[in-house]
Amino acid sequence: MADTTAHLEAHATGHDAASHDHTPTGWRRWVYSTNHKDIGIMYLYFAIFAGILGGLLSGVMRMELQEPGIQIFHGLAAMVYGVEGDAALDAGKHMYNVFTTAHALIMVFFVVMPATMGGFANYFAPLMIGAPDTAFPRINNIAFWLLPPAFILLLMSLFFEGTGPGAMGFGGGWTIYPPLSTTGHPGPAMDFAILSLHVAGVSSILGAINLITTIFNMRAPGMTLHKMPLFAWSVLVTAFLLLLALPVLAGAITMLLTDRNFGTAFFKPAEGGDPILFQHLVWFFGHPEVYIMILPGFGIISHIVSTFSRKPIFGYMAMAYAMVAIGFVGFVVWAHHMYTTGLSLDVQRYFVAATMVIAVPTGVKIFSWIATMWGGSISFKSPMLWAIGFIFLFTVGGVTGVVLANAGADRALHDTYYVVAHFHYVLSLGAVFSIFAGWYYWYPKMFGYLYNETLAKAHFWVMFVGVNLIFFPQHFLGLAGMPRRYIHYPDAFGFFNRISSIGYYITFVAMLIFFYATWEASRKKRPAGDNPWGDGATTLEWTLTSPPPFHQFTTLPRIESTNAH
Amino acid sequence: MALAPVLATAQEEAGYTAGHPLPGQYHLQRSVTPIMDSITAFHDGILMWSISLIVALVLGLLIWIMIRYNAKRNPVPAAFTHNTLVEILWTVLPIVALIVIAIPSFGVLSDQLTTPDGERKYLGSNIFSFGEVEVPAPELTIKATGQQWYWDYEYVDQGLALTSIMMDEPTRATAKPGQPRLLAVDNELVVPVDTTVRVQVTADPMGVIHAFAVPSFGIKIDAVPGRLNETWFNARETGIFYGQCSELCGKDHAFMPIAVRVVTKDEFTAYMAAFKGGDYAAGNATLAAVQ
Repeated sequence: MADTTAHLEAHATGHDAASHDHTPTGWRRWVYSTNHKDIGIMYLYFAIFAGILGGLLSGVMRMELQEPGIQIFHGLAAMVYGVEGDAALDAGKHMYNVFTTAHALIMVFFVVMPATMGGFANYFAPLMIGAPDTAFPRINNIAFWLLPPAFILLLMSLFFEGTGPGAMGFGGGWTIYPPLSTTGHPGPAMDFAILSLHVAGVSSILGAINLITTIFNMRAPGMTLHKMPLFAWSVLVTAFLLLLALPVLAGAITMLLTDRNFGTAFFKPAEGGDPILFQHLVWFFGHPEVYIMILPGFGIISHIVSTFSRKPIFGYMAMAYAMVAIGFVGFVVWAHHMYTTGLSLDVQRYFVAATMVIAVPTGVKIFSWIATMWGGSISFKSPMLWAIGFIFLFTVGGVTGVVLANAGADRALHDTYYVVAHFHYVLSLGAVFSIFAGWYYWYPKMFGYLYNETLAKAHFWVMFVGVNLIFFPQHFLGLAGMPRRYIHYPDAFGFFNRISSIGYYITFVAMLIFFYATWEASRKKRPAGDNPWGDGATTLEWTLTSPPPFHQFTTLPRIESTNAH
Repeated sequence: MALAPVLATAQEEAGYTAGHPLPGQYHLQRSVTPIMDSITAFHDGILMWSISLIVALVLGLLIWIMIRYNAKRNPVPAAFTHNTLVEILWTVLPIVALIVIAIPSFGVLSDQLTTPDGERKYLGSNIFSFGEVEVPAPELTIKATGQQWYWDYEYVDQGLALTSIMMDEPTRATAKPGQPRLLAVDNELVVPVDTTVRVQVTADPMGVIHAFAVPSFGIKIDAVPGRLNETWFNARETGIFYGQCSELCGKDHAFMPIAVRVVTKDEFTAYMAAFKGGDYAAGNATLAAVQ
């Protein structure tokens, strides 16, 4: 560890001694930033901005689905593209698919990943391990600054031709299955989407390399891996998932790109290719991807549960290695997304068994959080409400995952709203609740001010009611057989769709409360102090000022043998 | 949610005989095949109860903790961080639960992917049996080809083909007012009752992926260009059973339903006799008009 410190100092003196002496100001502080905290804040703002767009897209879809029939999209297409009559109807149907696709891509790549692995991981993983910054600050800078161009490419794709004249954007779903994403979308919209994913992927891989190196090499003296806080563990596991999964996506979409533009035939059946190959590749990335979105949340929740129970985390080692196990097994279950593609019986049997295994480490985590609270002295501050909400909602999403893991039952549920309900419970209610939990937990640390506790709690309760109202009825729709990605549905599905849409409006109000609470906190400027959460908050970030100094830990903290988690 | 299986039965007793979803339906569609029987028994009988109990357990624990261990009632927190027995229990018990789920799961799955040969026994509703339902070997082979955006059907051995397109709303309202909007088609796929039908599913070689699904039969399989997938069903009731395309295929994905009309064996013989020349309208004319 001494070597690392010496190296860091030598590095700083050799290249950029000035940054130790004064803080860059104005736009240079942000655009040129190599500071992990500033970059983390930029990631969070970026995620909030992208989240507004992604959330509004889903709002238009929920308005459309509030009643059977096509109410919104033909008019929207007429307004945006200037088409009329039947052409507007066709453009509207395509536009709906474009909205579902863009909603998913934005939420996955530009909201959840930037918020957790970009924002919180960048800001707090170095603080928690007692590091002055990340290992590669300039890589950190470029990793962030690749995201806005990636996002712009994705937004541009919405305005380029997709399936043909008048049908703008790519409407083939976030899984971009060929042939719909090759011959099915001859226009340039899909190429923009591919380039966007490439750039976003490079950003994530760079971020992952930086975080892995930081966590392996820059832990404070005395902090062994087995004393490292669980959030840092979750970030480490997630970074490895990113590093191993994203290149597979990059390969798959490159093959897609060459199939589209350069005459290759990886996925073209007429020339000897196979569309199912793409599905294997995209899900080999896609399944670890869902753990990439949720694992940092696991870490955040562990700290919040421990802090507000004023009790150390129960079963620390099991918690850490449960995440390792989930990450590992997550790589060998991908084809449970493909039970209806015509996989043989033995292959389906294997993927059923492997998928069910994941329930075991996930159960360990749920029960360990409960055991952490057991015997504690729990104060129900807003981060704790979000954390408890997370545990319950993630359990609901988790058990429907066990249902879907069974290929026999999935036959009835595959590609229905049951799947939509399942993955929104684990992501929209799981990952997003963990992000809000982290936001309210660390807001005083990041910005130095206290938010209004009543507003934060109101945000939680309104959102809890809203999202459950959106997604719980979708289980019923799925059981009754309503397929996903439908702009229009048989009248029988009207009742639960209406309830679901009402849930969206309630959630919308919750988001307004969130923005007001954030604005209120930044305006009232109530100083937070170093540690507003009391003696339950034991990780290193609480030993610093709020916000932490521009460069922290000029003298590295020493971790005694007793503490840390 | 835990009540769903009980209520489902009640609804069936109330005369649910349709081959399509009903308003406000919150459970699986009604089964008319041994395969869907086993899916329903597995989902309603095992999975639904297991997941409801787990959620109830977690919710119960959370509520108990919030009442018992809040800062007011328990000002001094305990400091324990380990309990080997409990940790072993919550690792082993879920494994046991998963095995209990897995046993019928594999049976249900194997039934779905094994085309009957006349000898093999199928589970049906009794998913913990070793098979007690007899299913004859296939007597009819249908090929369904997904197009953008309709289905082509072919009676493979007879060399007869027809195209099935969703009825637009004005046409449906006059021609088949009793059939559900968005599900009614111009030409249903006609098959005989109590007969095992082999279904080959593919898509236009130059087209995109679709999926052929009929919830009441318990079948769903992708129609992939360049691949010939296979599934099967044996319907025990006459009537029209609807499904919808279940893989995103472009702008009219929501508008290419599947409608299978199950008729008596005599009706089917007459239908095929009239259809023989390739005129499916003549075939349809032999069947009672659909309202």
